[in-house]
Amino acid sequence: MSRLSQRPDDAVVGRALRHESADLHVTGRALYTDDLHPRTKDVLHAWPVQAPHAHALVTDLRVAPALEVPGVVRVLTAQDVPGTNDGGIKGDEPLFPSEVCFHGQAVCWVLGETAEAARRGALAVEVDYDALPSTLTLAEAIAAESFQGAQPTVQRGDAPSALERAAHVFHGETEMAGQEHFYLETNAALARVEDDGRVFVESSTQHPTETQEIVAHVLGLQSHEVTVQCLRMGGGFGGKEMQPHAYAAVAALGARLTGRPVRLRLNRTHDLTMTGKRHGFHARWRVGFDDEGHLLALEATLTSDGGWSLDLSEPVLARALCHVDNAYWIPDVRLTGRVARTHKTSQTAFRGFGGPQGMLVIEDVLGRCAPLLGIEPHELRRRNFYVDGQTTPYGQVITQADRVRRAWDQVATDGDLDRRRAEVAEFNSTHEHARRAIAVTPVKFGISFNLTAFNQAGALVHVYKDGSVLVTHGGTEMGQGLHTKMLQVAATTLGVPLQLVRLAPTRTDKVPNTSATAASSGADLNGGAVKDACEQILDRLAQVAGERLQVPAAAVRVVDGVVVAEGTDETLSWAELVHTAYFARTQLFAAGYYRTEGLHWDSSVMQGSPFKYFAHGVAATEVEVDAFTGAHRTLRVDIVHDVGDSLSPLVDVGQIEGGFVQGAGWLTLEDLRWDTGDGAGRGRLATASASTYKLPSIADLPEVLNVTLLSRAHEEGAVYGSKAVGEPPLMLALSVREALRQACAAFGASGTSVDLPSPATPEAVFWALQEARTGARAQGHVDPGAGPTPALPDPDAPERRPESEVAVDDLAGA
Amino acid sequence: MTTTAPTEAGAAFLTVNGTPVPLGDTTTPHTTTLDWLRDRGLTGSKEGCAEGECGACAVLVARPSGDGGTSTEWVAVNSCLVPVGALDGQEVVTAEGLGTPEQLHPVQRELADRGGSQCGYCTPGFVCAMAAEFYRAGRGERAGHAEEGTGEHAGPCGPNGFELHAVSGNLCRCTGYRPIRDAAYALGEPDESDPLAQRRRARPTPARHTRLLGDGAELVRPVDLAEALVLLAERPDALLLAGSTDVGVEVNLRGARPRLLVAVDRLSELRDLEVGDDEVRIGAGLTLTEVERGLAGRVPLLAQLFPQFASPLIRNGATLGGNLGTASPIGDAAPVLLALDAALVLASSEGERVVDLADYFTGYRESVRRPGELIREVRIPLPLAGTTAFHKVAKRRVDDISSVALAHALDVVDGTVTRARIGLGGVAPTPVRALRTESALVDRPWTRETVEEVAGVLAAEGTPLTDHRASAAYRSAMLGQSLLRLYAEQPRASKEQP
Ligand SMILES: Cc1cc2nc3c(=O)[nH]c(=O)nc-3n(C[C@H](O)[C@H](O)[C@H](O)COP(=O)(O)OP(=O)(O)OC[C@H]3O[C@@H](n4cnc5c(N)ncnc54)[C@H](O)[C@@H]3O)c2cc1C
Ligand code: FES
Ligand code: FES
Repeated sequence: MSRLSQRPDDAVVGRALRHESADLHVTGRALYTDDLHPRTKDVLHAWPVQAPHAHALVTDLRVAPALEVPGVVRVLTAQDVPGTNDGGIKGDEPLFPSEVCFHGQAVCWVLGETAEAARRGALAVEVDYDALPSTLTLAEAIAAESFQGAQPTVQRGDAPSALERAAHVFHGETEMAGQEHFYLETNAALARVEDDGRVFVESSTQHPTETQEIVAHVLGLQSHEVTVQCLRMGGGFGGKEMQPHAYAAVAALGARLTGRPVRLRLNRTHDLTMTGKRHGFHARWRVGFDDEGHLLALEATLTSDGGWSLDLSEPVLARALCHVDNAYWIPDVRLTGRVARTHKTSQTAFRGFGGPQGMLVIEDVLGRCAPLLGIEPHELRRRNFYVDGQTTPYGQVITQADRVRRAWDQVATDGDLDRRRAEVAEFNSTHEHARRAIAVTPVKFGISFNLTAFNQAGALVHVYKDGSVLVTHGGTEMGQGLHTKMLQVAATTLGVPLQLVRLAPTRTDKVPNTSATAASSGADLNGGAVKDACEQILDRLAQVAGERLQVPAAAVRVVDGVVVAEGTDETLSWAELVHTAYFARTQLFAAGYYRTEGLHWDSSVMQGSPFKYFAHGVAATEVEVDAFTGAHRTLRVDIVHDVGDSLSPLVDVGQIEGGFVQGAGWLTLEDLRWDTGDGAGRGRLATASASTYKLPSIADLPEVLNVTLLSRAHEEGAVYGSKAVGEPPLMLALSVREALRQACAAFGASGTSVDLPSPATPEAVFWALQEARTGARAQGHVDPGAGPTPALPDPDAPERRPESEVAVDDLAGA
Repeated sequence: MTTTAPTEAGAAFLTVNGTPVPLGDTTTPHTTTLDWLRDRGLTGSKEGCAEGECGACAVLVARPSGDGGTSTEWVAVNSCLVPVGALDGQEVVTAEGLGTPEQLHPVQRELADRGGSQCGYCTPGFVCAMAAEFYRAGRGERAGHAEEGTGEHAGPCGPNGFELHAVSGNLCRCTGYRPIRDAAYALGEPDESDPLAQRRRARPTPARHTRLLGDGAELVRPVDLAEALVLLAERPDALLLAGSTDVGVEVNLRGARPRLLVAVDRLSELRDLEVGDDEVRIGAGLTLTEVERGLAGRVPLLAQLFPQFASPLIRNGATLGGNLGTASPIGDAAPVLLALDAALVLASSEGERVVDLADYFTGYRESVRRPGELIREVRIPLPLAGTTAFHKVAKRRVDDISSVALAHALDVVDGTVTRARIGLGGVAPTPVRALRTESALVDRPWTRETVEEVAGVLAAEGTPLTDHRASAAYRSAMLGQSLLRLYAEQPRASKEQP
């Protein structure tokens, strides 16, 4: 066992603890960014002026009428920006744009004494637009060849020839909608200026360092003049990885110009209409199987809907391409990706980061082809699982293939699948107007940022003279339980009771140069850094203890706050040791650092070992579909999921359940609609409110939801043997979609292949089951034969050479 | 309800977590209860949507219980929708008031222990909605009947009598709800010493005569109907305010700033409920929760409607007057009341008139209601039809706006349809009766053949549109399917309802 993964007896990690802020949450005392302004004096409120066009030039902007509105203090425009007028990291997101690129884009911001005054001021601002033609849907973008960024290809072997040799070849298209994060807390920032002009920004951000950098470059400041703090977030899910920066920058700009604190909080409509979402994807594919149903070759081109700017679209696409294989061995592969440029919000990170979209493609392929091959879908899936030693299409070696198989078998046993399949068949034969089905799908999800450089983290641990411990690390808390886990890691490493350890909010002046809390990597990276800091302190304390107890330092251990050593019965309390150490002039604080070893990735050829390990899981889902309406219910879900040796089981089970339900929402309910007509509202988000964009509610909770953590799942490569858990479970929800497909198919003759749109709303399911019933075939169905070649990458597309990789290569060359 | 002497301007107050707090100078008729609380540092209540959909803003309000005003109940409502002026003199409890980290309320303890909070943003709202159900009188009586819904749409119920759908108006994006369900089902009975449990046994706070001015607008709670009607007659810009579940959305999302709000929800003249020999009379100012409880299933079609109408948080405010007042084509009450042949009593300072609901709607969000008139009462003639069903088709199973809604009320005598009333919502600019379908059914045998044929007629009713909720084709298909479903579920005529 590695030192990183080895766990002492009676460790605090591994205990099922409640969220460290649970008591504050339930009593309404937990503070979030927007809870601060009522506690702050002289705050100004910011309100956006949103453009009513999908694409237009701003030809004139008159702010004078707004300044007449009582309570309006100032209108922020491009002229006010002392630094760079850009809210992103790629230089393609003007903060105060002269060209509007999506409906609802903010063209300027009004500051008022109250939110109401600012709102009225925004209504009074006069803007002239010159409307331009717009590209909205993926189909329009593909037809117009409106793409942005690199067009990478993951390739192994010779897919075209393998397809020629395959016994069964099919082709088809798959399209899936995006998803709104709908974190319950919308984006918010509160900025103020310090005595010396430094800026302090409270921001609901998953990436405080980048928020700091953007604020600095907009204001023309250096990073040490800007501090960003994130108390906690009311949900992030990736939606606050890049999106908060611009709003923090506007608040900071307002504060610099007025000298007063500025609060900027998007209301739900603002947040829905202005911030990025999960990317919708289109895929054209062709696939070959042998007679036993083994996958032989897959060719696919995935086109994501990036919206108006690049944001994180390239890395999202990379992860999508790296997850099309999911848990399946496909010998010959060619996967190409493109990012469409459309006049919509700039789509961004969302739990899974392209992984779900990539996996949906292969699960869709298998779900649609299984009936045509005459093989049960679960049998087809199982037959194609990886075995150890095989490599992924991008070249990473598979080493834990047994985990998918073990989880699969356990789900079958725990879920009593054989018996229940018989019951389903019985139900279906006795009910005219309803069908049930059970589907099982696996998840294999790569952990680490694809971009190697981001896999580093820092922490700052203070031990005070009284023995109490304060931990700060670079990760942010958004509900995922990171802080709870970090407390457990610190208590375990130091060997002290949990009550001695506290966590301070995340801020950039405590731990600098942090990566986003994203890619499920928060606990792995920050846990490594916290552990490192604690070990440094402990090593120093062991010296002191060794002298006191007259044993070698290496013999000293701290167990539950008591200092013990081999070779002596004498003990010391933690407090005594710390007290002694201070007077012996010992440094009682340390900066910890961690970087994930063994990763390499070359974006230009999409090959390498980008992931430290894979997280695995399997879900079996039973659904019932109503023939009259297409309405559906999830009756039972059994999940076995691999979290390594869990750091915090209550937290991990919460992530699995929450991820599953969120994934089910994406696939079956949440329905983003834009006005794609040619009228005045073209480009408007038609589902721009909570009443039109529906999330799963408690009534959608499956009647039975069993979650089991996979046993014997130690992970050598991560802190205390654990695995990341934030994103992978979301993809377990693909089992819901596949079950719905099978239930629709059960209305038809055996061998019916069902084409199911995503999201599978009641309406979508209704049409699908009608089609299955009548045997009608609609356009876009999977067809035998190789069909059209999925589009090849444009040779003129820019090369994907991220800065980080260039820097590493330079080092190697030097 | 008795009303006390008018408030002096500026003397309006709210009792928050046991302490009276003046509304203050900066409070306007449009200030929501949520903003008002948060501005006072009570930031536990959150804004997740400002339109009644997420429940992050839920708070407890003390209301008269259904026993004629001698005791009180704790009701959870969306504080983002209700103008704080409409709560003048009332008692409100927030998550902060229920417990402290040192002394958690039982609801808070269960949620915290079971992982019911992740990011915690939805949590204070859940705490309040759960607390309302925790204190619901008679909850324990159903204890032991685990998982057994009270009706088709009533939803599951815990072993402790906790109706799970009490929290169906609260959204959580993090937990997936399982720990919240477990927490709800683990709750016991309130302690004898629990102050909120004790408060239930005392009389409710009477509504106060309120007059709140600010930002060029006015909010008035009149003493009685007469005063309300005079105001309506004198002020053409007056807007009635009942539960504010529609008005609140207009204010928050669409920037409406009505000049005069006249609160009518506590007027005793609008709060009668009576099941007579030949008609049922329902006060237009009763909340849907009150109507549901008061009728206790005596109008089965309405009993089917309520659980499918919004969420409990909304139903604790929403009134029939407000639902029909907007003449919305997608309101759910209208199709049901059309199928029930209901009539409305419209009152003005000149007197009252009775209008059949079938004649009430005149166009998109338009009705025969004149300026100066309000809906005082809804009347449903008896006896009721024997074969009835309410079918609501929407994307989400509960708490969603209808794509289409249908209410069927058929009399089937000796196997033949003798009378048919079918109300439709969502397929035309107004709620409509499916007149062609009705006549196609009458005098026909209630058989599969009839139904399959007439389903085609029903599918062709109305002029449904395509929008983000549903396509026109789906809406039409749902009309036809609804008749097939009615027959599949009730192939024989049910017993006639008393
Ligand atoms: C989250 C949410 C979910 C909803 N779900 C549904 C649903 O499932 N089905 C559905 O049908 N509706 C739904 N609604 C709409 C709304 O709840 C109903 O229309 C409700 O019945 C309105 O009643 P109210 O007392 O709150 O009206 P208010 O908001 O107080 O008033 C609404 C309108 O009616 C007028 N009015 C009020 N009382 C009277 C009266 N006595 N006479 C004449 N006019 C009057 C007011 O002036 C105003 O114009 C929902 C609303 C929300 C916010
Ligand atoms: S804020 Fe969402 S219901 Fe009130
Ligand atoms: S805990 Fe985050 S929304 Fe419920």
